[in-house]
Order: sequence, then C-alpha cells, then structure tokens
Amino acid sequence: MKAFITVIGKDKVGIIAAVSGLLADNNINIEDISQTVMQGTFTMIMAVDISGTELNFEELSAELGKAGDKLGIEIAIRHEDIFNAMHTV
Amino acid sequence: MINRNEIMETVRMIREHHLDIRTITMGLTLFDCISDDGGRTAEKVYEKIVREAGGLCATGEKISAMYGIPIVNKRVSVTPISLIGASSGAYLEIARAMDAAAREIGIDFIGGYSATVQKGATAGEIEFLRSIPEALSSTDKVCSSVNVASTRAGINMDAVRLCGEIVKETAYLTRDADSIGCAKFVVFANAVEDNPFMAGAFNGTGEADKVINVGVSGPGVVKTALETIPDGDLTEVSETIKKTAFKITRVGQLVARTASEILGAKFGIVDLSLAPTPQIGDSVAHILEEIGLEQVGAHGTTAALALLNDAVKKGGIMASSHVGGLSGAFIPVSEDAGMIAAAESGALTVNKLEAMTAVCSVGLDMIAVPGDTPAEVISAVIADEAAIGVVNNKTTAVRLIPVYGKKEGDVAVFGGLLGSAPIMPLSRISPVKFIRRGGRIAAPVHGNKN
Repeated sequence: MKAFITVIGKDKVGIIAAVSGLLADNNINIEDISQTVMQGTFTMIMAVDISGTELNFEELSAELGKAGDKLGIEIAIRHEDIFNAMHTV
Repeated sequence: MINRNEIMETVRMIREHHLDIRTITMGLTLFDCISDDGGRTAEKVYEKIVREAGGLCATGEKISAMYGIPIVNKRVSVTPISLIGASSGAYLEIARAMDAAAREIGIDFIGGYSATVQKGATAGEIEFLRSIPEALSSTDKVCSSVNVASTRAGINMDAVRLCGEIVKETAYLTRDADSIGCAKFVVFANAVEDNPFMAGAFNGTGEADKVINVGVSGPGVVKTALETIPDGDLTEVSETIKKTAFKITRVGQLVARTASEILGAKFGIVDLSLAPTPQIGDSVAHILEEIGLEQVGAHGTTAALALLNDAVKKGGIMASSHVGGLSGAFIPVSEDAGMIAAAESGALTVNKLEAMTAVCSVGLDMIAVPGDTPAEVISAVIADEAAIGVVNNKTTAVRLIPVYGKKEGDVAVFGGLLGSAPIMPLSRISPVKFIRRGGRIAAPVHGNKN
C-alpha cells in the first residue's frame, strides 16, 4: 500500500533525519523523496510503502503529527488513492 | 504517476482552502420497525439505528485519517416518520428514540422526521405535522422536513398554510435560543429522496436500506482557482469551475465508496452541492464576487450564480458514478460570511435571494426574519418558493427563522456551522386572504408529461 507524506514548514536542521528515522522504526520504506525550499518554506514529498508497518493509518498519522509538532512543522500522510482520484480521469 | 504539483495542489486545497467532506450520511429504512404499539416501534427504531449506524463515526474518523481530509459531519437519514408512526400514532415517542440513538452513536444530526404531503394529507399526517414543533423543541439532533409541492402534483396550499404555523410555533418553543428549532425544519417542493444534507435529509420510500450518501464542499477551492484567471472571460470561468468541481467530486466519490465498503452499506450518491460555512474563505458569495460582482446581491448575481451552478454540475457529473441529492450551490445566508456581509450592508435582500433560488439549489435558506412575522406571511414565502420549484421542475426549499423577540436590525446567533444572521425584513403587505383560501394549486401543464 502506497502513501504520500508531505512536510511543510520553516526549514531547519534535522527534518529529513527525524521523518526518515520514524519511518525506519516503523518498517516503512521510502520509495522517492523530493524537496524544495521556497522563500524559507521547506516542502518535502515522500512516496512511501506502508505495507510492512504494523501501525494503521490513524496511528501513523498521529505519530507523524507528533513528530511534526516537536519540529514545529506540519507532517501529514495520505493514501495515494486520494491523489489518483483527484488527478486522473 | 502522480506528480509533485498535483500532490501539492491536493494538499493546499485541504489545508488552505477548506476542502472537506461536508457529510457522510447513512440512509436507513425503518419499515421493519413498524408496530401498532408506539413503545415497541420506538424501541425498534432505536435498536436499528444503533445497530446499523453504530460504526458510522469511527468509519468517518478512519477515512479522514487515511486520506488526510476533514469529514465534518456524520449523519443518519431515515424513512419519513409520518409513515413509520402511522400505525401507532406515537410520532413524538419515535422522535425521542431517534434523538437518543443519535446521541448514543455520536452523530451530528438525524433527519427524517418528515412527511410528503404534496397532494394531500391523511388525518394521521396532519397529526404528525402538528407534532413537529414539539419534536424539534424537545430533541437536539432530530431534523424535520415536509414536502408540500411537486411538479407532478402541484402545491398543497393547506399544507403550506400549516407549515407557516409550524415555523411560528417552533420559533416560540425555542425562543430562549434565538428560535433555533426553525433551523432544523425545512419545507420543500420537489424534495429528493437521497439528500445527505440537513435539515432536509430523509431516506425516501424508493431507497434501499443502509445507503451511503456523501456531500462534498469546497467553495474556497473554487474561489482560489478563479483567482488564477482574473482577466479570463466567462467561458474560462466556467471551464475552471468545471475542472475544480471534478476534482472535489472525485474525493467525494472515493470517500463514499470507501465508507460503503467499510460499513457494508450500498453506495448511494455523491451530492455536488457547494456548501459554505461561516469561516472566511469558505463562501459561495465570495465566488460570485470573484467572478466580478462588487458584492453579492448586485444585478448580475442571478446570472453569475446560474453559471456557477451549471459549471459545478457539469464538472461533477463525470466525476461520480451516481450524482444525486440537491447538487447545486447552497446560499444559506447565516452560514456564509459573504452572504452575511451583503445582508448586513443591504446589498442582499430577500427578493434577490428569491430570484437566485430559481437558478440554484436549494432555496431561501437560513434566513432570519422578524419574530412578529405573521404565520400567513411565512406560508406565502413558502408558496412563492414552491411555485418556483414546481414551475421550473427543480427542488426549492424554505428554512426561515422568525426569531422570537427580534426585529429588523438585530442579529440572531445560532453558533457553529449555523452561524449568525442579521434579521432581514419581509414585505408587510398582507397575503392572508390568499393563504386562508386553502385548496390546491394545480400542477403546471408541463407536469403532465406522459
């Protein structure tokens, strides 16, 4: 099962380390990462495979949210279906 | 493969422009709960709602986490209680059972304290209609609706007269809270059987049992899309709205399908209505202003709204396998920051709103009027709206709140999604004789289609 994680906030040291550490701890494989910094706002998109994790979506979303709160940034995860539904005919 | 821009577009729609799922509504049939014993009927109604819809809120939370999109309301709609209580006559007992069940399972509202009397009413139905004010004032979550007209049947003016009295009595019984009971009561022409929105949701007799109907939202998303083409002509405006409506509706379809699977229910419809909230950036009025009106209510408002409504439908219809419900732009005054501002400044009048209802769904909605408005005037407003619906072969509705003790210039405050509204004046010229004549207004020629 594939999902996309989006990270949005003020750029600082350790964002990728924190997110990827959390994902590794929960057996989630990162398939692709892209990031940009525009006018000081850091935006990262990660494509991840969540079939290996024992956490359900609600738990995963809460864990990422907590990590985001610690860093003062917004971290969200969404199942790929919402993007496919919205952007493909 | 989805690209970066598309991912960020979705994320922005949700976090910045208030894209949400306005409601997941489960339709339940209650025919299997009928008994000639009122207590037994109420008990079965309670049990069925709790049993079948008990997982609705948890499912909503689960889907919300999965797709990272807010699901604002979880609701249930049931078979019109005028039918379910016909054998026992225990309408109020059933209303209380609905309210208790709704509280038990944690949903926001339950609709279906309803009757369809467009051509005539039985003695039982009249008794039911008279019970509505007490049902609304003695429960928290129960919503009520009455269909008084249809293009096929014409307008039942006796029911229209009675509905004016129901509105007034409900306003009085809930006078301590700015007559909020009236916010839970809507009078329809051409009511639809699969509407997921309150106060008018009921599960029609032609519906299956355990059906999921989903209402989407997203006025802010449409407005933001239009901001990117400030100099586009109206064809571009329409195309932009269509594309946006397609995307919004696809999310509704996804949520409806997922919810149906999880709950073991049938997928009913996606309702395309653009439903505003009082939050800044979630207003239908502001879309019309973005199209080019200085303020909603200006001449041109009806045309701009017609364009918007049509484009939303055209974009949405292809995005969902089954579109239904009300599917249009809502213009509830108290629930839309732009409408409230226009009503306060005098730009928007009830007369203009009435014209707007001819081209959009759904009607004169959430309009606060002076508390001393006579019942016959309320009835006459309902009759006018019903005539627009019947003649134009569309759904129209009236949800007026004659706020007890308040007059033009005052403000009624309902709170939450229901918002607040300035008291808008109605004409003081008397329609009393017309309303008291009673009888029926015949179906229009084009109602006789066969």
